Amino acid sequence: MIRCALEGVGIAAPGLAGWAASTPKLAGNAAYLPPDAGDLEPPYAPVLLPPNERRRATAAVRQAFRAAEDAMRPGLEPRDLASVFASSDADLAVLNRICSALAEPARAISPTDFHNSVHNAASGYWSIAVQAMAPTTTVAAYDASFTAGLLEAAALTAHLDTDVLLVAYDAVAPAPLLAKRPLASSASVALVLGRGDRGAFGALDIDVNGSGETACTRAALETLRVGNPALRALPLLELVAALCPGTVTLRGTGGLRVNVTYSP
Amino acid sequence: MKPLAISAYTVTSAAARGRAAHFDALRAERTGLVEQRFEDATLACWIGAVPGIESVSLPADLASFDCRNNRLAELSLAEDGFLDAVAAARARYGAARVGVFIGTSTSGVRHTEVAFRERAAAKSAHLPDWYDYRTTQSTFSIADYVRVRLGLDGVTNAVSAACASSAKVFASAARALETGLCDAAVVGGVDSLCLTTLYGFNALQLVSTDICRPADANRKGLSLGEAGGFALVERAPAPGTLACLGAGESSDAHHMSQPRPDGAGAAQAMARALGGVPRERLSYVNLHGTATPANDAAEDAALTRLLGTTVPCSSTKGWTGHTLGAAGIVEAALSLLAIEHGFLPRSLNTRELDPKLRGAVLLAPLQAPVDCVLSNSFGFGGANCALLFGRAA
Repeated sequence: MIRCALEGVGIAAPGLAGWAASTPKLAGNAAYLPPDAGDLEPPYAPVLLPPNERRRATAAVRQAFRAAEDAMRPGLEPRDLASVFASSDADLAVLNRICSALAEPARAISPTDFHNSVHNAASGYWSIAVQAMAPTTTVAAYDASFTAGLLEAAALTAHLDTDVLLVAYDAVAPAPLLAKRPLASSASVALVLGRGDRGAFGALDIDVNGSGETACTRAALETLRVGNPALRALPLLELVAALCPGTVTLRGTGGLRVNVTYSP
Repeated sequence: MKPLAISAYTVTSAAARGRAAHFDALRAERTGLVEQRFEDATLACWIGAVPGIESVSLPADLASFDCRNNRLAELSLAEDGFLDAVAAARARYGAARVGVFIGTSTSGVRHTEVAFRERAAAKSAHLPDWYDYRTTQSTFSIADYVRVRLGLDGVTNAVSAACASSAKVFASAARALETGLCDAAVVGGVDSLCLTTLYGFNALQLVSTDICRPADANRKGLSLGEAGGFALVERAPAPGTLACLGAGESSDAHHMSQPRPDGAGAAQAMARALGGVPRERLSYVNLHGTATPANDAAEDAALTRLLGTTVPCSSTKGWTGHTLGAAGIVEAALSLLAIEHGFLPRSLNTRELDPKLRGAVLLAPLQAPVDCVLSNSFGFGGANCALLFGRAA
């Protein structure tokens, strides 16, 4: 079992625009209403990115930044944080452009698309934005990517003296890839984990001996949870929002099930 | 970090299949790079293609995973008794206690390229029915294939940090073992040739039309290769046995596709990997050494600022090409071979050493006792990872 202090939380998902605004909805003190399908938000402009990188950052990178920036608070120094980025698919819009270009006779790939095509693009942009030279890694585990990232980040806190930023994110693919990887929404979740018994948001105890899987009890949130790998975190975030002690079971890869016990 | 026992390891690249054949190729200075076209690519360059991938068949129950990258995994897993070593670990610890950490940069993207080509030819709005995203293109596909193929059910990740991916798997596995998430782990990496990386690196003007010449005064860029490699790692290596003694990670925080010119980020990763091991125990540095002008210069700056100008070093990409997400595990394996055989490979294809480089680049091989070896891997996004190998105390 690994114990981590919980030092920060961020979220960006349909109808959940930031942790402060989402807390009453996740805690059950306010109704969660999914926005109308046609009610699109403007593209997010990351606050921390320098202008050059902001121009080049893709939609998936912006999605990652939105939750990561939301998780920052006074007392957390972004440049000192190690980081784990967890994403099933990184940026399928970039893959779509590259593979479409390669199907044409000219095969002209944009150099910017190519450097944005690496799975660790968000990690790269983040380290440039906050000037963090600390260890960072990027993991993928399909629908279990949040769980994989949580395990990686928790193990990293035990290894380092610094806090660890975990960012889980995935963005909706364009056609024709959407039909092959049908995510319902773009979303991201960020946690800041640290060494120690208790942080500003409480503590997590994580172990790999679980069974089953915890769902959200409210139907609209459950629809959201299963529609994006990052939002598999929602049952845990419901506990944190309500300051309610309890245990959720997250699905890992294969038969692996991970128990996460929250103490406020 | 606590040392990791290397209980088994294997490597397959354009240079050879398996450890013994790789050592032969190193000693005979036989490159796996050939001036040829990949599939219907129009670029004239040298590539390191692994022969025989086309005829590999996956086990029938895993047929949905069929793509070039998973075939290369299957080919690599079959060498050096690796399947048996993992089966023994599975029997000893239980499938749920053996983790799987696999690095890749492009996973099954070749499969997606073919699907898009077919869609364009058919003037269809849809990708073909045979195209299965999860089992081929998905970054996790390669880790899932290895997990299922080896009958394992422990903590499993794909690590995808560009060309540092399959070095970073050692760091992930070390942390998972130290925190009790698993009791043993299969680490490795697989990346296969595709048009995305050929045309992508070409768009960045980093592909050489000549064979790659690391550290050469006239180096023009990299040659792409494909490879797969794996290691079985456990806790507490017995004294005198092969071990991963350190893993260091850092970020450049500089640029998405160019290394930090002063090498500060790379030097941080190397220093973290070395930890408290005395510098005089370092016999050799296996360089990332892609043979692009910028990489080799920045890496030399990192090396010399941390270690001075006397530690023997070379890049082995003249044998394998740059195998991207597999480079970390390939060069880990070649570093372990160097230790086992007391043999340091020279910088293959280097004709005239770049006078601006200050490191002790080997222009001839060295037969000598080898204590510790540092292996560097650096990637896009400023991802740096260095690994320290040696014999356990």
